[in-house]
Amino acid sequence: MYQTNYHRASSVEDAVKLASANDEAKYLSGGQTLLPTMKQRLAAPSDLVDLRHVGEMKGISVNGGKIRIGAATPHVEVATSAEIAAACPGLAHLAAHIGDPHVRHMGTIGGSIANNDPAADYPAGLLALNATIVTNSRSISADDFFTGMFDTALEEGELIVAVEITAPAKSGYAKFPNPASRYALTGVFVARHGDGSVRVAVTGAGADGVFRHAGMEQALASNFSADALDGVTVDDSDLMADIHASSAYRANLVKVMAKRAVAAAG
Amino acid sequence: MGMEGIGARVARKEDKRFITGKGKYTDDMVVPGMRHAHFVRSPHAHAKIKGIDTSAAEKMPGVIGILNGAQLTEDAIGNIICGWMIHSKDGSPMNMGVWRPLAQDTVRYVGDAVAVVIADTKAQARDAAEAVVVDYEPLPVVTSAVEALKTGAPQLHENAPGNLIYDWEIGDAAATDAAIAAAAHVTEMKIINNRLVPNPMEPRAALGVYDEGEDHYTLWTTSQNPHVARLVLSAFYNVAPENKLRVIAPDVGGGFGSKIYIYPEEIVCLWASKRTGVPVKWNCDRTEAFLTDAHGRDHVSTIKMAFDADNRITGFKVDTIANLGAYMSLFSSSVPTYLYATLLSGQYNIPAIHANVRTVYTNTVPVDAYRGAGRPEATYLLERVMETAARELGVSPAELRRTNFIREFPHQTPVIMCYDAGDYDASMSAAMKAADYDGFAARKAEAKGRGKLRGIGMSCYIEACGIAPSAAVGSLGAGVGLWESAEVRVNAVGTVEVLTGSHSHGQGHETTFAQLVAERFGVGIDSVSIVHGDTDKVQMGMGTYGSRSGAVGMSAVVKALDKVEAKAKKIAAHLMEADESDIVIENGELKVAGTDKSVPWFQMALAAYTAHNLPEGMEPGLKEGAFYDPSNFTFPAGCYICEVEVDPDTGVTEIVQFVAADDFGKIINPMIVEGQVHGGLAQGIGQALLEGTHYDPETGQLLTASYMDYTMPRADNLPSFKVSTTETACPGNPLGIKGCGEAGAIGSPPALINAITDAIGNNDLTMPATSERVWAAIRAAQ
Ligand SMILES: Cc1cc2nc3c(=O)[nH]c(=O)nc-3n(C[C@H](O)[C@H](O)[C@H](O)COP(=O)(O)OP(=O)(O)OC[C@H]3O[C@@H](n4cnc5c(N)ncnc54)[C@H](O)[C@@H]3O)c2cc1C
Repeated sequence: MYQTNYHRASSVEDAVKLASANDEAKYLSGGQTLLPTMKQRLAAPSDLVDLRHVGEMKGISVNGGKIRIGAATPHVEVATSAEIAAACPGLAHLAAHIGDPHVRHMGTIGGSIANNDPAADYPAGLLALNATIVTNSRSISADDFFTGMFDTALEEGELIVAVEITAPAKSGYAKFPNPASRYALTGVFVARHGDGSVRVAVTGAGADGVFRHAGMEQALASNFSADALDGVTVDDSDLMADIHASSAYRANLVKVMAKRAVAAAG
Repeated sequence: MGMEGIGARVARKEDKRFITGKGKYTDDMVVPGMRHAHFVRSPHAHAKIKGIDTSAAEKMPGVIGILNGAQLTEDAIGNIICGWMIHSKDGSPMNMGVWRPLAQDTVRYVGDAVAVVIADTKAQARDAAEAVVVDYEPLPVVTSAVEALKTGAPQLHENAPGNLIYDWEIGDAAATDAAIAAAAHVTEMKIINNRLVPNPMEPRAALGVYDEGEDHYTLWTTSQNPHVARLVLSAFYNVAPENKLRVIAPDVGGGFGSKIYIYPEEIVCLWASKRTGVPVKWNCDRTEAFLTDAHGRDHVSTIKMAFDADNRITGFKVDTIANLGAYMSLFSSSVPTYLYATLLSGQYNIPAIHANVRTVYTNTVPVDAYRGAGRPEATYLLERVMETAARELGVSPAELRRTNFIREFPHQTPVIMCYDAGDYDASMSAAMKAADYDGFAARKAEAKGRGKLRGIGMSCYIEACGIAPSAAVGSLGAGVGLWESAEVRVNAVGTVEVLTGSHSHGQGHETTFAQLVAERFGVGIDSVSIVHGDTDKVQMGMGTYGSRSGAVGMSAVVKALDKVEAKAKKIAAHLMEADESDIVIENGELKVAGTDKSVPWFQMALAAYTAHNLPEGMEPGLKEGAFYDPSNFTFPAGCYICEVEVDPDTGVTEIVQFVAADDFGKIINPMIVEGQVHGGLAQGIGQALLEGTHYDPETGQLLTASYMDYTMPRADNLPSFKVSTTETACPGNPLGIKGCGEAGAIGSPPALINAITDAIGNNDLTMPATSERVWAAIRAAQ
């Protein structure tokens, strides 16, 4: 790790100010991605602005189907929240399957989506749930937020404050973990919304990060059952291929995981 | 056996310090004035070094010195050698390429060290290492041994044309070919034994200290065999004379073979300490370990097994290409030859065997012994082909094996080994019973109802432990003898120290070696200290590998105990005015048999040291040493049965049952033996199911250089193992011990792959059997 300066932010305003004071500053949330990258000397921020003590960025509230999760909320809180389990069980299941207990106690939803790792779990959840990402300056829909592998709509210095979700009628997530990293080799989140529309988002498999699958969404909108996916084909040409899996295998997993997610959604 | 004697299930004495974080490892050592080393490593798999510019780096804060290969050569530091000479079948010696501790002209794998920076802190050394500019001219790369043998392949070493190190054979080619020609059935397979990264929990480390006043060197290092390190550093690498060099391997967090060898970093730390005048410490990080620790396995074989009309094996022919990486590591040449092909008879009567082995240079990290070393590769071939042949012949795999079991001992195989004892039916019956083999069909049907493919697979392994005797291994090319030494010191108060050349790095010697003393003298194991891992304390030893600590190391202790016992009895007899032959040792006392006369153990010991009243002419003190050179290898064997359920939609394999029935001969501590089996099974299952090492074939970059990409077995990959033992004593050593350290890793991969291939109905499956490979094999079979 190279030398860096540590700052503890006390409020959203304070965090943004601290970060803007230096070109090479970075926000530090759970540190589960940033710190290992720094230790490997692949990142060298001059300053770290710690978000973990900003009260307004932490915690979960559920009000009449409106879910709000502070950006600095660790995965374990989402995984174990009774309110989330009731309002959106698929999301609780997703959070419970991120990494290991250490990672779940440190890693946060804001850090995860800001990083937008192509194999991370939350991006699939938020995209399928049609979430709104609230930053210090605006609100961004999930469709606009995730712009490609490790890429988001965030501007330089823009800070995610919270994530807002309208509780869906049904939700389910099925993850096929990479046996080494336990990130998603393929993860599929399926949500049926109050208006009857269905959104299916896939992580781990896309050559350009998280994506929605239109064919499966249509099939499920008319018949929300695993069998409805039997006739859907998953084209492997836009899927990732690496030492862990070919695109053909990932295409198979997309379908199998989608069916399991639908089954889990009930 | 007593509470703590042979066979007692006592908890490990050493675990308290390990579990509470109080172990003392090489990286815990701190000496005054100590500085830190960071190695500049090649980012290229193959390149010419055109220049090294250290001018900017030298000016960085904290830098004490930057050294490279030219200075190493200036100081006449020797080439790193392979210590086992193998001759090709044409009689020519193996083609050993030059390996410099710091590469001077050419780098040959990603991670090859080209320079070292010594600085005040670790971070400063690393910062400065980044500022060293090495001018490389990249050369073409080859990572696969099969590719490296092809004409036109990039060439690694001038003296190894075609990248061939040796082309070696064993057995009778003509007889084997004739058996195949005359066979009623021949099973043919192409089998890959995947390359593995050892991954001991503690990464390698070294601390070199040169004392100018004494002209003396000390090396703390993560070694399985500090005496061998001292010998090699002195006799071959010219770092320091043996009498001026102390090598200490303190607590070592696992080795699995990878810490047998003397690596460039250890040589460089010691040499650099003299050259720079400061103690030099190096501790590698995990990715550095992936890149530079000797890897294991990496064989490609084609095999043919011939059967007569009664399903008896008539011949076995093997052709193997083994990847030894960029340089020949210390014992690399012996692994795919004498540790491998000599085991190709397995548990079976095979009248004719022939194996041809070609070893090859590639632009990958050197390959050497890794838990099992050669024996897993042999077992994997045999046990895959036995199961596959049974399927082809339409007989049960158990039956085919029984038809061919060796039942008379000693048994001379056609490939050097002479098996001394065993009962293969016994372990197979025990395993089949524990696995409820006969109830499998019902379980398979039940699983089918749940949409799962259930399969069962068996493996009957044999291994050779305690590599020996010295004269025999010498005649096969070994550069060292393979005996062990021990010294037993009884203190004046009756407590005991055992000095042994066997190094403990997880095996539990501090407990099991003490149990031998408890058994013999009735002294509690807490009153027995095991001293090892320091060349200044223990006179000489050959270290720990090849499951040799029990069979060889403990046998040396037993010989020393015999001598101590004889003297103790003489003293006791003298004190009690009795006849020496009437003295028995019981419950910590030396008694005159049949009387109520006794002397407590400690009192006898005190008498030995006060020397007020010793037998006429007896020397004071009670301390004896022994060297033990075995008469043969030992031959542990067993039967493993694995049962799996495969999810046909994803290809995911779940191990639902794993049974191991092993014959390790006499067991000193069943709990420690079970632990060794559990660990071995985890590693074998890791190899079969999870661990894939990927080098990019074009660039030679190691793509699996961290746990994000290299899949280690974890608790949730493993079932709760059912382990048991059967026992035939080993006639070759005083305790009847065979060894248990590697069996699990040797026997388990074929059992698991046989189970998966049974489940999916396709015999063509390569390790690691990743879910994608299994899924593809299911589809290929449809
Ligand atoms: C061993 C291991 C296993 C893991 N397994 C999984 C897994 O299975 N699935 C999965 O999805 N993830 C996994 N992760 C990642 C983990 O879940 C974290 O979510 C992820 O590392 C990022 O969250 P963080 O809070 O740690 O962010 P940090 O590491 O602190 O930050 C990550 C990046 O986001 C930026 N950032 C952080 N917070 C904000 C914010 N509020 N606004 C703007 N930018 C911000 C930082 O500047 C940095 O660039 C794993 C991590 C580890 C170490």
